[in-house]
Amino acid sequence: MRTGGERRWVPLLHTLLPALALGLLLAAVFWRQPRAMSYFGVNLLLNVAIPVMFATLAQMMVLAVSDLDLSIGPFVSMVACIGAAVMPEQPLLAVAALVAAVAAYALAGAVIEWRQLPSIVVTLGLSFVWLGCAVLLLPTPGGTAPEWLRTAMRLTMPGLPLPIWVALLAAFLGHMLVKRSAFGTLVRALGGNPAAVARAGWSRVRIRAGVYALAGLFGVCAGLMLVGQTTSADANIASRYTLVSIAAAILGGAQFVGGVVSPVGAVVGAMTMTLAASFLTFLNIAPDWQIGMQGLILILVLGLRAGIDRLERLP
Amino acid sequence: MLLSVIDAARSFGAVQALRGVDLALSPGECIGLVGHNGAGKSTLMNVLCGALAADRGELLFAGRRVGRDWSVREAQRRGLRCVFQELSLCDNLSLAENMRLVLPTLRGRGWRGRAAAQLMASLDRIFTGHGLRPDDQVGELPIGKRQMVEIARAFAPGEQPLKLMILDEPTSSLDGQAAQQLLAFVREFVAQGKGCILISHKLREVFQVTDRVLVMRDGQVVHTARTAETDRERVVAAMGQDEGGAVAGVALPGAASPDADEAPVVVRVTGTTPMQARRGEVIGLAGLAGHGQTDLLLRLQSAAVGRSSGTIHVDSAMAFVAGDRQTDGVFGLWSIRRNMSVGWLAGLRRGGLIDLKREAAAAQTWRTRLGLLTADLGLPIHSLSGGNQQKALFARALGSSAPIILMDDPMRGVDVGTKHDVYGLIADEAKAGRTFLWYTTEFDELYHCDRVYVFNNGRVAGALERTELSEERVLSLSFHELAA
Repeated sequence: MRTGGERRWVPLLHTLLPALALGLLLAAVFWRQPRAMSYFGVNLLLNVAIPVMFATLAQMMVLAVSDLDLSIGPFVSMVACIGAAVMPEQPLLAVAALVAAVAAYALAGAVIEWRQLPSIVVTLGLSFVWLGCAVLLLPTPGGTAPEWLRTAMRLTMPGLPLPIWVALLAAFLGHMLVKRSAFGTLVRALGGNPAAVARAGWSRVRIRAGVYALAGLFGVCAGLMLVGQTTSADANIASRYTLVSIAAAILGGAQFVGGVVSPVGAVVGAMTMTLAASFLTFLNIAPDWQIGMQGLILILVLGLRAGIDRLERLP
Repeated sequence: MLLSVIDAARSFGAVQALRGVDLALSPGECIGLVGHNGAGKSTLMNVLCGALAADRGELLFAGRRVGRDWSVREAQRRGLRCVFQELSLCDNLSLAENMRLVLPTLRGRGWRGRAAAQLMASLDRIFTGHGLRPDDQVGELPIGKRQMVEIARAFAPGEQPLKLMILDEPTSSLDGQAAQQLLAFVREFVAQGKGCILISHKLREVFQVTDRVLVMRDGQVVHTARTAETDRERVVAAMGQDEGGAVAGVALPGAASPDADEAPVVVRVTGTTPMQARRGEVIGLAGLAGHGQTDLLLRLQSAAVGRSSGTIHVDSAMAFVAGDRQTDGVFGLWSIRRNMSVGWLAGLRRGGLIDLKREAAAAQTWRTRLGLLTADLGLPIHSLSGGNQQKALFARALGSSAPIILMDDPMRGVDVGTKHDVYGLIADEAKAGRTFLWYTTEFDELYHCDRVYVFNNGRVAGALERTELSEERVLSLSFHELAA
């Protein structure tokens, strides 16, 4: 009962859309700035995307179970503050704090399932908790990232620039975790049909807690990499990540209804979102207009996606 | 005995879904469980498989008493599995991944292949020639194939040996050939000393495959017989038997106005559900739940707001009384008054704003007219009992100017007092020229209708005038199987 072989290309288009958008943007950037087409140019262009990729993976985990995480931006900021303010002097304390933060994320997931709370409300509340912790740690911008982190983020990799290696690794890990592992199957099942998961005898509380713990873990990665790049932090350093990560995950093929996510798409989406910002700089568009233009690019790409979705549903 | 149930009872609030059921099943036996909507079949099944706890009663499975720890997982561990009526597959996953959901300990490299192998072997065995592949997405399959997957998944070897299978309407979406394949497999399955409980509305299948038939009614088993020693007529009669006897006495004498036959036709439907309604008529939509009645009401409503389809002719506005109050009825955060008046807003406007005085007065009128029990109409809707919430929904529809009222099984979980108030109101409104289209799953309510259309599989199986109405005829039309 398939819709016929001649339409097989439509789902393929779906998968390829994030990559196409990224390719187009890259081509446009290279056209405006041919010097960017080099090892260092690409490194510079995509470096900023590294923490965004991990924040997007975190958001994608939460989207996979039909939730929304409005606290990922402040959370990444807080991790960055821990990295810059605590980690250099008291590494053990910093690690303990990060573990506690991940545990708090897992607890939030468990409570959301157990009490059947809307994730938006819980994570919105949490975002202020993270922000408060970050302000307590670093009332004014400052701190210094530990030496090993700074070195790691400046690594000169053979063959391809560091951001590309990180993207490949993140996409591979995410794919194995969400698409190939048995746990990932449960996660997508919970997003797709929670009743079926309960009926098969699984503890939904445990699965959701696991999903949030993984999101926290990705958030920790994002925060540490961010502070490694910027070398110092402030309490609002990543506040825009919340919306950027949602946009990037959706751009990468995730759906709000849950159960449908793509880690590879999410990583590509994160790179596309960052590149869109750089591209506008290359066009000499005033910073006042850039956010609006970024929004327009997003609307364009999401509109394309909606169009492809309609193609898929055609008889 | 493989399974013994002694005096199992379960209630939901005031509704007694099971009132002391006894059931015994020996290895190698297949029993059929039949009954009308709300007879308690699904509740019984949920108690057996661990999804619901019984209020009282004893459950013995495979010779051991089942304790407090009975749960879905525990039932599966002991070898009892179910195929539920509404599908429990995940649309966004592949077949193999769905198989993984019921194999809790399967992990490590190659789990996908092992899950797929189990499922495909089971599919091949039951539904030869199914044409499915393990990496197909469930959401892309037609409903019949999904049901095959669901059934095959339940019959797959799994992690513990299977002893008892409960099938709830397993063939509702299967085509004739697949249904026959399944029934043949069930016979093979019980021949190996396993047990099977088949819950089905399709009596022909029940008679074809089971050893014994149990008829449930009002939360009790009212009739048990060996399949070979009973017949369709006796089973249908048992489903409809009423202890009180004279149900017809409830009927409102002469509710229809004498000139009803001359009144203009306000609703006319052609196609698979041919029917018509004249002004001032109360039309009943009967049949088993989910056989197209609600669908028709929704189609009528969209036709009334202009999204017309070719087969429906409606010549005036309609108002809808929801039966599933919490899902598509009440606005949970609003007051009682606002919940009523949202249906009349068109008539309450003054310069784009709501005329609060008139709104309050109208709400007050309906409160008196319906005998709504509340201290204050400004209280939240959830301060009312279920029956009184439903009265508010009636007020919402009847207070509007719409001449046609659609009712989607509105008396679900409503107390007897409210019902009688509303029946009276419907009769009055019909006399005044309003038309009602009333889907109901409660047989007695059909006696309030001028004409009843019995639905079966999305079609109208027959129309009965009030004088021809009897429970047997309605049941017979509901269970009448269209040639497969």
